[in-house]
Amino acid sequence: MRELWNVSSSPHVRSHEGTSNLMLDVALALLPATAFGVYRFGLYALCLILVSVGFALLTEYVFEIWTGRENTLMDGSALVTGLLLGLNLPPYVPLWIAMIGSIFAILVVKQLFGGIGQNIMNPAMAARCFLLISFAGYMNQFPALDGMSSVTPLTAMRNGEPVDLAAMFTGLTNGTIGEISTLAILAGGLYLLVKKVIDWVIPITYLGTFALFMLLFSGRGMDVHYLLAQLCGGGLMIGAWFMATDYTTSPITEKGRFVYGILLGVLTGIYRLWGASAGGVSYALIFCNLLVPLIERMTIPKPFGWEGQKNG
Amino acid sequence: MNNYLERLYNGIVKENPTFILMLGMCPTLAVTTSAFNGLGMGLSTMAVLVVSNLLISALRRVIPDKVRIPAYIVIVASLVTIVQLLIQAYIPDLYDALGIYIPLIVVNCIILGRAEAYASKNPPGLAVFDGLGMGLGFSIALTCIGFFRELIGAGTVLSGTPFAYSLPEFYEPVSIFVLAPGAFLVLALIIAFLNAMNIQNNGKKKVEGCDGSCGTCGRAETCRDAKSE
Repeated sequence: MRELWNVSSSPHVRSHEGTSNLMLDVALALLPATAFGVYRFGLYALCLILVSVGFALLTEYVFEIWTGRENTLMDGSALVTGLLLGLNLPPYVPLWIAMIGSIFAILVVKQLFGGIGQNIMNPAMAARCFLLISFAGYMNQFPALDGMSSVTPLTAMRNGEPVDLAAMFTGLTNGTIGEISTLAILAGGLYLLVKKVIDWVIPITYLGTFALFMLLFSGRGMDVHYLLAQLCGGGLMIGAWFMATDYTTSPITEKGRFVYGILLGVLTGIYRLWGASAGGVSYALIFCNLLVPLIERMTIPKPFGWEGQKNG
Repeated sequence: MNNYLERLYNGIVKENPTFILMLGMCPTLAVTTSAFNGLGMGLSTMAVLVVSNLLISALRRVIPDKVRIPAYIVIVASLVTIVQLLIQAYIPDLYDALGIYIPLIVVNCIILGRAEAYASKNPPGLAVFDGLGMGLGFSIALTCIGFFRELIGAGTVLSGTPFAYSLPEFYEPVSIFVLAPGAFLVLALIIAFLNAMNIQNNGKKKVEGCDGSCGTCGRAETCRDAKSE
């Protein structure tokens, strides 16, 4: 009864949606990819993921205690950052690499810029780039186990070798822990779409632009096998569904999301075709993250009735 | 004499060109891959700065106001050429490491900045000490940045000097720190640390105009003594 008499300002209809259950949804959606990665690469991969999640949570906790800030451990954002970083590591890197990556992601990229909602780049992606530049040797090593090729499909394609598309789709191939199975990632992405945690604009424009770019500039023409292999290969799928849709570092405006997706597609294409390494999703992502404030400023929606006035 | 010491203190601490004034960022970020390179850059800049301050101060009544900038540049450029030739002749290793950044000392904002802001208005003696202070502040800052970048990014301490030391084998250098992003990271962290120290020191003093009503004070959010309500 008391609630009915409660006088308060709008909004009167409240959603129970909050950071913690959104983050939980993302973590759930990442489970298939995580499970598949662990199944494929063994328990050591699980250790890597646990270390990166653990240190992400620990860094967040220690920093917030130390600076006397509100404890945000329970909102799950550090958990997702740690999980994403773990999934973006090659399966057999030393554990300390996961540790350093997590500490960098949370401490430098997230907390030093003001904590959740303030980071200028996706922490997991920035940390992956940090590790890629710092420990190129470890981060590009994909040892061959049980008949697997020791090069990732993307590198193989770059060298002009044939790749097995079906294996790339199901994930029976080599790569970082979470990126290998397109199927598992799509399942997670679909879950997020259905739960309305993400909308379709960014992933679909990203993947569409990328496919179109490769069609036009890869020099292969209408080679469906090559196009599909490029779409399934590397970090593109996990990047498009999980990293590009990160709330903090993607545009809030509708038009901005199209622009963001298109930019990501073009940049990833450029990196993959002419970059120094075979992959380029991480670099494209953190670069476009930095452009987000500009994109938002250029795509502020006009309020109804403004169209009539010329130049304000 | 006090004035002279004040100039040194001003350049090294109070208006440190790198950490406080944020001048001369280009060499600061580009050449500090090791403590030795940082020190070399700092000292070359200091040599130019001291002499240019002296000359500009001595000529301050002779140089017409309208063409003062070209005149300063001529003086600075001549000095830089001398320093460049000297480094090339006597420390070729440093010459190779610094490369294009030696001639670029000509356009270092610190030198033109001190000429314009100080040397052109003050007597030669003070101007020399101003140059010394600023130069020392710059050298210390660059050596400091270089030291950390080298330590983390290459696992060595003071390489290129007689005191060179390498960290034990098991240390994996985080090579991003000797690359460009590392320069930004180290510079930002040092400045953040110094600012934190400053805030802590200033926090002990009573805030000017504080009447104890934190609820209406615009600065309450950043005030250390703000009462939580």
